[in-house]
Amino acid sequence: MRFSLFSLARQALGGHARWPAQWRSPEPKAAYDAVIVGAGGHGLGTAYYLAKAHGLRNIAVVEKGWLGGGNTGRNTTIIRSNYLWEESEAIYELSVKLWETLSDELNYNVMYSPRGVMMLAHTVHDIQVFKRHVHANRLAGIDNEWLTPEEAKAFCSPLNISPKLRYPVLGAALQRRGGTARHDAVAWGYARAASALGVDIIENAEVTAIRRDANGAVEGVETTRGTIKSKKVGVVAAGHTSVLMNMAGVRMPLESYPLQALVSEPVKPVLSCVVMSNTVHAYISQSDKGELVIGAGTDAYTSYSQTGGLHVSAHTLDAICDLFPTFRRMRMMRNWGGIVDVTPDRSPIIGLTPVPGLYVNCGWGTGGFKATPGSAYVFAATMARGEPHPVAAPFALERFTTGRLIDEAAAAAVAH
Amino acid sequence: MLLIHCPYCRMARPESEFRYGGEAHVVRPAEPANVSDADWAAFLYMRANPKGIHAERWRHVHGCGRFFNALRNTVTDQILRTYPAGTPQPALDAHAEDGR
Ligand SMILES: Cc1cc2nc3c(=O)[nH]c(=O)nc-3n(C[C@H](O)[C@H](O)[C@H](O)COP(=O)(O)OP(=O)(O)OC[C@H]3O[C@@H](n4cnc5c(N)ncnc54)[C@H](O)[C@@H]3O)c2cc1C
Ligand SMILES: [Zn+2]
Repeated sequence: MRFSLFSLARQALGGHARWPAQWRSPEPKAAYDAVIVGAGGHGLGTAYYLAKAHGLRNIAVVEKGWLGGGNTGRNTTIIRSNYLWEESEAIYELSVKLWETLSDELNYNVMYSPRGVMMLAHTVHDIQVFKRHVHANRLAGIDNEWLTPEEAKAFCSPLNISPKLRYPVLGAALQRRGGTARHDAVAWGYARAASALGVDIIENAEVTAIRRDANGAVEGVETTRGTIKSKKVGVVAAGHTSVLMNMAGVRMPLESYPLQALVSEPVKPVLSCVVMSNTVHAYISQSDKGELVIGAGTDAYTSYSQTGGLHVSAHTLDAICDLFPTFRRMRMMRNWGGIVDVTPDRSPIIGLTPVPGLYVNCGWGTGGFKATPGSAYVFAATMARGEPHPVAAPFALERFTTGRLIDEAAAAAVAH
Repeated sequence: MLLIHCPYCRMARPESEFRYGGEAHVVRPAEPANVSDADWAAFLYMRANPKGIHAERWRHVHGCGRFFNALRNTVTDQILRTYPAGTPQPALDAHAEDGR
């Protein structure tokens, strides 16, 4: 069914008791033309674009838990495209353009809100790096502007720009088209649209092995709900990518770390934009429910524990209280962790692998939510054609052998 | 916050005294000029990143300052063994993996 004012009114009259399920929950078939491992936003989006743009309909998305229960449902939803290098600008800007029309495209409100993302500079080095980004972005036609501390305060009134801070705000880079979206809605919207096009979403099915034929090519996956055959398998498993690729004998340049976020009690609108600081390590925005959504750092060590050390979030709250003294007495309601897959150059890996028929989309680390639509779009094209989409090509696994790294450490160090 | 036993100081100390040093036993090729690009990439970038027992380096920066290795279960974060740098990875008995 399509959502419309009419359907809303009709369901309201029926007491909202007759909304149909938004996607099917089928039993797995024995074989598919393509199997996606991982029902996060990137995996579900990939299935959607494979069906929508490339005419494949016999597709399964296999998920070990519930769809959207990985990093997609755990992130702080910051969206921006002001990365340094042209390769990154191309993929993140493609995503922002897709965000702008995604609710219409999916007939599902993903609540994309371009409220502006402001990144604070606290040191001379920060100023130099951010100004370099501003110039690089403007050459690429991507909006990003430099603000003085007073201009930053005018854009975000609760911000403390006192020069007496241990790390005073010396300026900021602002991308006005940056913002947030509703994380769950992105997973649900893609799931619903993909399911309507015939994609089977199979939850509670953990992939335990990747099967290969005598020539080494992929022939399917073993799951906790049985064997599923397919000559095209795309691994889109974020923090668990190394584990899955290991099943096919491929070593990856990835390390998995816990990354934490927390939310406060809900309050009236007080923070109208997104504020990030890599240097003092704090990210904050306010959800439409009124909660402050705060992103902390990664733990120092690799882990699959899906929690993080308390001292890591405490450190972030120290920084938040310095930057926003008015939040000092607020209570934090929940905190949680997700496992993020970090690459040496802080850029993703998208494309073919040494195993014929096996594709991978990973390495989004601490900052891949913003890229969900663009990543899914180019990965679907890559899987459909068996060769990298031009925007995906620079992000191939081979770059670690050729040395053509795409170093976004300055933009993404631990940031989003 | 982990409690980590430094094999030199012979004390369990809080994680904040230590710095993580990544996967252990990654050996730098003796003659980098003679290794293939693939081998060099494997040394520089490819990591085991296991879900399970991980051999890793730590440095007691706010203590003795020395590097050592640890075996840690990356699912529970439990540290099963620490041992001096330069010594081989110790074998774990059958029960160590499940943390007993
Ligand atoms: C706390 C936190 C804050 C973040 N903040 C931001 C932010 O502000 N902005 C931003 O752009 N990014 C942010 N990120 C990063 C972002 O969340 C991720 O890059 C992105 O959501 C990854 O999407 P995905 O679909 O690839 O992965 P996921 O949503 O993690 O999906 C992968 C799926 O694979 C499944 N899976 C794993 N193993 C198997 C298996 N063996 N069999 C079957 N299924 C399997 C998992 O269960 C999971 O559902 C943040 C991440 C975290 C944890
Ligand atoms: Zn010591």
